[in-house]
Amino acid sequence: MSFPSLDRLSLLENFGHSIGSPAYVYRPTHAEQIAELFEKASRHGLTVGLRGSGRSYGDAALNGGQIVLDICRMNRILDWNPETGVIKVEPGVTIQQLWQYTLEDGYWPPVVPGTMFPTLAGCLAMNIHGKNNCVAGTLGEHVLEFTALLPNGDTVTCTPETTPDLFYSIISGAGLLGVFTSITLRLKRIYSGNLWVHAWASPNLRTMIAEFEPLKTEVDYLVGWVDGTVGGSALGRGQVHTAQDLHEGDDAAPAQSLRVDYQVLPDTFFGLVPKSILWQFMLPFMNNAGAPLVNTGKYLSSRFLSHHHRFLQSLVAFNFLLDFIPNWEKAYGRGGLIQYQSFVPKETAADAFSEIIKLSLRRGLPNYLGVLKRHRPDKFLLTHAVDGFSMAMDYRVTNGNRVKLQKLCDELSEIVLQAGGRFYFAKDSTIRPEMAARYLGEDTLRRFSELKARCDPEGLLQTELYRRLFCSQNGSRES
Amino acid sequence: MNQHSTLTPTPAAIVIGASSGIGEAVARRLAREGYAVALVSRRAELLNRIAEQIKAGGGRAHVYPHDATNYAEAPTLFQTILRDLGRLDVVVYASGVMPAVDLSEFNFEKDKAMIDVNVLGAMAWLDQAAMALERLKRGSIVGISSVAGDRGRIGNPVYNASKAAFSTYLEALRNRLTRKGVHVLTVKPGFVDTEMLKGAKRTFWVISPDQAAADIYRAVKSRQQVIYTPARWGLMMLIIRHIPSFIFRRMSF
Repeated sequence: MSFPSLDRLSLLENFGHSIGSPAYVYRPTHAEQIAELFEKASRHGLTVGLRGSGRSYGDAALNGGQIVLDICRMNRILDWNPETGVIKVEPGVTIQQLWQYTLEDGYWPPVVPGTMFPTLAGCLAMNIHGKNNCVAGTLGEHVLEFTALLPNGDTVTCTPETTPDLFYSIISGAGLLGVFTSITLRLKRIYSGNLWVHAWASPNLRTMIAEFEPLKTEVDYLVGWVDGTVGGSALGRGQVHTAQDLHEGDDAAPAQSLRVDYQVLPDTFFGLVPKSILWQFMLPFMNNAGAPLVNTGKYLSSRFLSHHHRFLQSLVAFNFLLDFIPNWEKAYGRGGLIQYQSFVPKETAADAFSEIIKLSLRRGLPNYLGVLKRHRPDKFLLTHAVDGFSMAMDYRVTNGNRVKLQKLCDELSEIVLQAGGRFYFAKDSTIRPEMAARYLGEDTLRRFSELKARCDPEGLLQTELYRRLFCSQNGSRES
Repeated sequence: MNQHSTLTPTPAAIVIGASSGIGEAVARRLAREGYAVALVSRRAELLNRIAEQIKAGGGRAHVYPHDATNYAEAPTLFQTILRDLGRLDVVVYASGVMPAVDLSEFNFEKDKAMIDVNVLGAMAWLDQAAMALERLKRGSIVGISSVAGDRGRIGNPVYNASKAAFSTYLEALRNRLTRKGVHVLTVKPGFVDTEMLKGAKRTFWVISPDQAAADIYRAVKSRQQVIYTPARWGLMMLIIRHIPSFIFRRMSF
């Protein structure tokens, strides 16, 4: 049997269906198979890219023409201790599996992204954050220990105390230093399956940023929706959501809300429309004419119907808003979407984000959905975090606008870099190698390449993101 | 400014038989249209020169010396090329030979050479292309066949047979692959001013390889199934295909 077999070839895409390339996909179930695959790939002059659920918005889990190692089938829960809240899992366990497994014992993942489908390996490779970043930090900060298989053949067990260099670089390392084989993390004790949510409308971005500041240590979760389709005095208007965990005793019958069925999202919308087809109803509005209407409608309803609305909401409904509409990304049409997310220090964030929204409008490429979050710095090597804010913006991609959109993103990135900002490998598809070098800094780049040489001397672990940003000789700068 | 990025990816093509003639012209045309091209042919020095010219013009080209009759090498080389290109949009099989054959000559060596390159080489490569593209559910396969495959004539029986086999093979690929989202184009050139035409008698409507390449590129873009180049050969062959045998076997071409 030839290696790699053409039978393994498939077209892999980013989450937004706007970027894709063919790769030979292998789905191991045991760490020994990974070692064997490394050995074979090396013998055949091929590189290996790591992939989890494929939820990255950019090229982080693509490796065109080469091998992609999909860890989704390594998804067993290895150990769970409800006394201490410490769980040990295989790398392909998803956030969904995790919360469903521990909820009834009163535990919830300490940090979750906006969707429950990513794997823990993917989450740690990107060192994801949630709506509680300014309180709880990134997911990596809750990891007690992990084991990883390095391309040099070593299996390493890492903790923050014993192996800080590997611990703080493999987490955040975008799958370029080693493959997680097991992950031990501490979950968060909860006393109810609900959160107290408070929502209000905010008239513009500057107000919203000012409102965030005192709240960042007051509440457990903090997130803002930003309308990117209007300028002027209403620029960046939107809606703020905060949420608080319930304390012990607040929920009279916690066993009720700590059940998986209580949390599960309904299969139908308004009890009628199957949610699997909902995205098709969004399709007609996902364009430069429809998106402002939807955004305005959403703003007006938050202003006049639910201003300072306080209510109890389930953990799942609050955290995994994106999962309410399965395949929502398909509503962006055939060309798909990209997300542009930048992280800017608190001092410059309001100016930079205002400039970004204005420039997008001026270039005729408004973003259809904007999300503002508050962050805090962390110690991880390739971190995206800053003591400041991030704004994530979804842009529709069409075959006609790709060149224009890339140009806009080049301009936006310049604004971000001028403001001292950073980028995030889980989202990025547009920055150039010199921009990555500018925000990461020489010192970080040197440390990363030293670690790369040590863990992966042959350069076996590669992705399109790696070649785009870290290998400028064969990167994307040919002209 | 033609700065490529992840968001504006470079399409990629493989051209087998890229060192001269229609293959070379198609490769240059694709490169000019922004494709990264993999040039495959027996004659490495010609390929290197073409690749250098493409790169000098701002294009991307890779060179793979390979004899189309070395069938066993095709699968591995195909995967090497896929690795180097990182993606695949178009595969063109343009290799072909047509040794001069006298009217009374029956020469198995020459016959075998034509079948080896024009038919078996095509199958060795396009089988790989078909397997890969059907899994990707996209892309185009292009075979440079010939008007010569539409009828068997007195001049060069095995050349006619080889092109008929190639055309039928391409038709079958099309029937297999259209439902998988893959486009298959059969190109039937008339007389094209290439090395193959040297010493050919009684030629007419001769076009340059660049003109043929322009027709082929347009057909790839518009996902046509069968084209004649120049197009008037379509009408010509419609007539020739309908000449009854009792007349055709008395004709001298």
